[in-house]
Amino acid sequence: MSEQLVIDVAGLTKSFSGRKVVDNFDLQVPRGAIYGFLGPNGSGKTTTIRMVCGLLKPESGHGRVLGFDVLDQSSLIKERVGYMTQKFSLYEDLSIRENLEFIARLYKLDRRHERVDKALADLGMVERQAQVAGKLSGGWKQRLALAACMIHEPELLLLDEPTAGVDPKARRDFWDQIRRYSAQGVTTLVSTHYMDEAVQCDSIAYIAYGKKLLDAPTAEIPKQIGLACWRVAGRPLQQAQAQLERAPGVELVARFGAEIHVCGHDSALIAAAAVRAKESFPHLQISEIEAGFEEIFIYLMAGSADNFQ
Amino acid sequence: MKLPKLSFDLSWARVFAVFLKELVQMRRDRPTFAIMIMMPIMQLVLFGYAINTDPRHLPAVVELREDGPMTRAFLASLKASTFVDIVAISTRESEGDAMLRSGEASYLITIPDGFERRLVRGERPQILIDADASDPVAAAGAIGAIESVARSAFSAEFEGALASLASPPPPYEIVVHRRYNPAGVSAFNIVPALLGIILTMTMVMITSIALTRETERGTMENLLATPVRPMEVMIGKITPYVFVGAVQVVIVLLMATFLFHIPFTGSPFAFLVGVTLFILANLMLGYLISTIAKTQMQAMQMTFFVFLPSILLSGFMFPFRAMPNWAQALGEALPITHFLRIVREVVLKDADMPDILGDLGPLALITLALATLALLRFRRTLD
Ligand SMILES: Nc1ncnc2c1ncn2[C@@H]1O[C@H](COP(=O)(O)OP(=O)(O)OP(=O)(O)O)[C@@H](O)[C@H]1O
Ligand SMILES: [Mg+2]
Repeated sequence: MSEQLVIDVAGLTKSFSGRKVVDNFDLQVPRGAIYGFLGPNGSGKTTTIRMVCGLLKPESGHGRVLGFDVLDQSSLIKERVGYMTQKFSLYEDLSIRENLEFIARLYKLDRRHERVDKALADLGMVERQAQVAGKLSGGWKQRLALAACMIHEPELLLLDEPTAGVDPKARRDFWDQIRRYSAQGVTTLVSTHYMDEAVQCDSIAYIAYGKKLLDAPTAEIPKQIGLACWRVAGRPLQQAQAQLERAPGVELVARFGAEIHVCGHDSALIAAAAVRAKESFPHLQISEIEAGFEEIFIYLMAGSADNFQ
Repeated sequence: MKLPKLSFDLSWARVFAVFLKELVQMRRDRPTFAIMIMMPIMQLVLFGYAINTDPRHLPAVVELREDGPMTRAFLASLKASTFVDIVAISTRESEGDAMLRSGEASYLITIPDGFERRLVRGERPQILIDADASDPVAAAGAIGAIESVARSAFSAEFEGALASLASPPPPYEIVVHRRYNPAGVSAFNIVPALLGIILTMTMVMITSIALTRETERGTMENLLATPVRPMEVMIGKITPYVFVGAVQVVIVLLMATFLFHIPFTGSPFAFLVGVTLFILANLMLGYLISTIAKTQMQAMQMTFFVFLPSILLSGFMFPFRAMPNWAQALGEALPITHFLRIVREVVLKDADMPDILGDLGPLALITLALATLALLRFRRTLD
C-alpha cells in the first residue's frame, strides 16, 4: 500500500442504461495535494467522485482510497472522507445548527458542541443558527454544506463544485481554507468550472465524455497543450473576428471583453493570421501572449466535442 | 449479484442522531402531525357512530297489493315508528324494486295479494322485507325493528273473533331477503377493530415515505456519504412513530371507553404487548415499502395495495373462517389479521397473555421477516 497516494484508482467504469458515463478512469492523488477536476457539463465528474467515496459501485475497476479498498471497504472510507454534494443535500427543514449537530452525531464526534460552535463561528452564522437551512440563499447553502462536510476533520475532501454560486470574497476565503488544510496534510479533490480556481490547484485532471483527456501538474499544462496565442484588440473587432475564424491554422477564436484571443498549435500560422488581420484593419493592435487556462479549456472542450459526438 | 451483508454492529449514538432528526422534522411538519392525531378521532367518530347507533329513519318503500283494515293498521304503525320513514307507497310491482336498487329506499316491504284473507284462514301469509344489505349494519338493525312493528300492529287487530290468531306463533310469516351483502357486523366488534385499521393506515403510510422522501429531496446522498448503517437508519426513523402510534392507541381507547362504552375486560398487559408488536409490524411494513418505492407517489400506491387486503381479508369486513383457503392464507400473512384476533379476545373476551400467544407468535415472525427484508433491500449506494 502506498502511503503517499490518498486516491489510487484505476479502470473505474460506470454506465447508466447502457451508456458509458465514466470510462476506464485512473486517478492518483498524493497526500496533501489539491487536485482540480475539470470537464464540461455531463462529462462524468460527479459520477467519478461518487465512485471514489463509495456512493456508486463501479462496474469495473479497482483501487484504494486512504488505503482502503474502494469496492469493499466503503464504510471505512466514508468515516474519513468529507464529501460535499453538488446539489444541496442537507435538511431544508432543520435549522443550521441542527444540521451540523446531526452530522456531528453521525460521525460520533467528541466535543460536539464545541465543534459545532466553532463551525458556526467560522461560517459567521452564530446569530442565524436557529434559522432553517431551506431559507438560506444559494451561496449560504453552499457554505453551510462545506462546513458540514469538514466538521469531522476528514483526511480527504471530495468537493463537487463547492463554490458554485458563491460570491468572490467567500470563494477567496474558501480557497485560503483549503490551502491551510492542505498544509496540514488534508488532500482535496475539487471539481470546478472556474478557471481562477483551476489555477489554484496543484494538479488538474480533465475529463470529457467519461474519458480522462489530461492529467498533469497545473504549471505544466500550458506547455503540454502547446497552444500559441495572439491577442487582438481595437476596432472593428467583429469583422476581425470573422476574418480570423476563417484563417488557416486557427483553432480557437475567443472573445474576452474588448479583445480577441486567437489560438492554435502552429505558432507561425497564428502569427500570420494576426498580422493579416492587422493589415486588413489597421486600427487593430496585435501582440503575442501566453495561452491562459481559459483558452486552454475552451480549446479542450471544443476539441472533445469533435472527438466524441 | 452478491446479497448485501446484514451487519449488526450498530451504534446507539447514531440511532439517536437519526431519531432526533426525525423527531424534529416530524414536529416541523405540522399538517402531517395533525393528521396523525386527528385521523383516529375522526375515523372513530365517523365509523363508530355510524355503526354503533341503532339505525333509525331509514327510507322504506311499501308495496301494497291490497287494502284492508289489517294492512292499514300495519302501515299506520310503520309510519308512527322512528325506525323507518316511508318514502313511497306503491301498488304496482317493480316500482319498489327500482327504488331499492337506486338507493332511494333501504327497504322494500311487500304485503302480498290476499294477505288478510289468508291471515284470517290461518294460512300464515308472508310479509316480504327486501333489505339493502350493502350497508350491513343498517340492514341488520332495522329488520328486527320492522318485525316488532308488525307484531304490535297486528296484535291490536286480533281481538274478538280473531283472538285465537294472537297467540304465538304469529299468524303471518316475515321473510327477509338481505340483498347485496349477506354478512352482518356487530358494533362491539367494530370499535376495537377500527384501532387496527387506523394504525395500519397511519403507520404504514407514514413510514412508507421514510426513505423515499430522503431520495426525492436529495438528502439521501449526504446520508449515505456518512458512516451511518442501514440498521441505525431503520431504528432511528421508526422509533418516533412508535410514540405516534401510542398516542393514537390512547386516543382510541379513551374514546372507546367514554364515547362507545366498550367494555375492556381482558389483561391490559396482554393488550400492550399485542398493540406494540402490531405497531412495529406496520412500521416495518411501511419501511419496507420505502426501500422499494422510488417516489412518494409509488409509496402511496403501495400503501393502498396493502391497505385493501388489510380491510377485506383480515376478518374486519367478512368472517375470516368463511373465506376460501387461499384468502385465509393471505390473511394470515397480514399483521392486522392477528391483531384483530388479539384485540377482540382481549377487549371483549377477557383474554390474558396465554390466550393470545397463538397470534403474538405469527405477529412477531411477520415483524422480523419484514425488518430483515427491509435491511436487505436498503440501498447503500445511489444506484
Ligand atoms: N443516476 C443516474 N442515472 C442515469 N444517468 C445518470 C445518472 N447520474 C448521472 N447520469 C448521467 O451521467 C452523465 C455524467 O453525469 P455527471 O453528473 O457525472 O456529470 P458532471 O461532470 O458532474 O456534470 P456537471 O458539470 O453538470 O455537474 C450525464 O450524462 C448524466 O445524465
Ligand atoms: Mg456534477
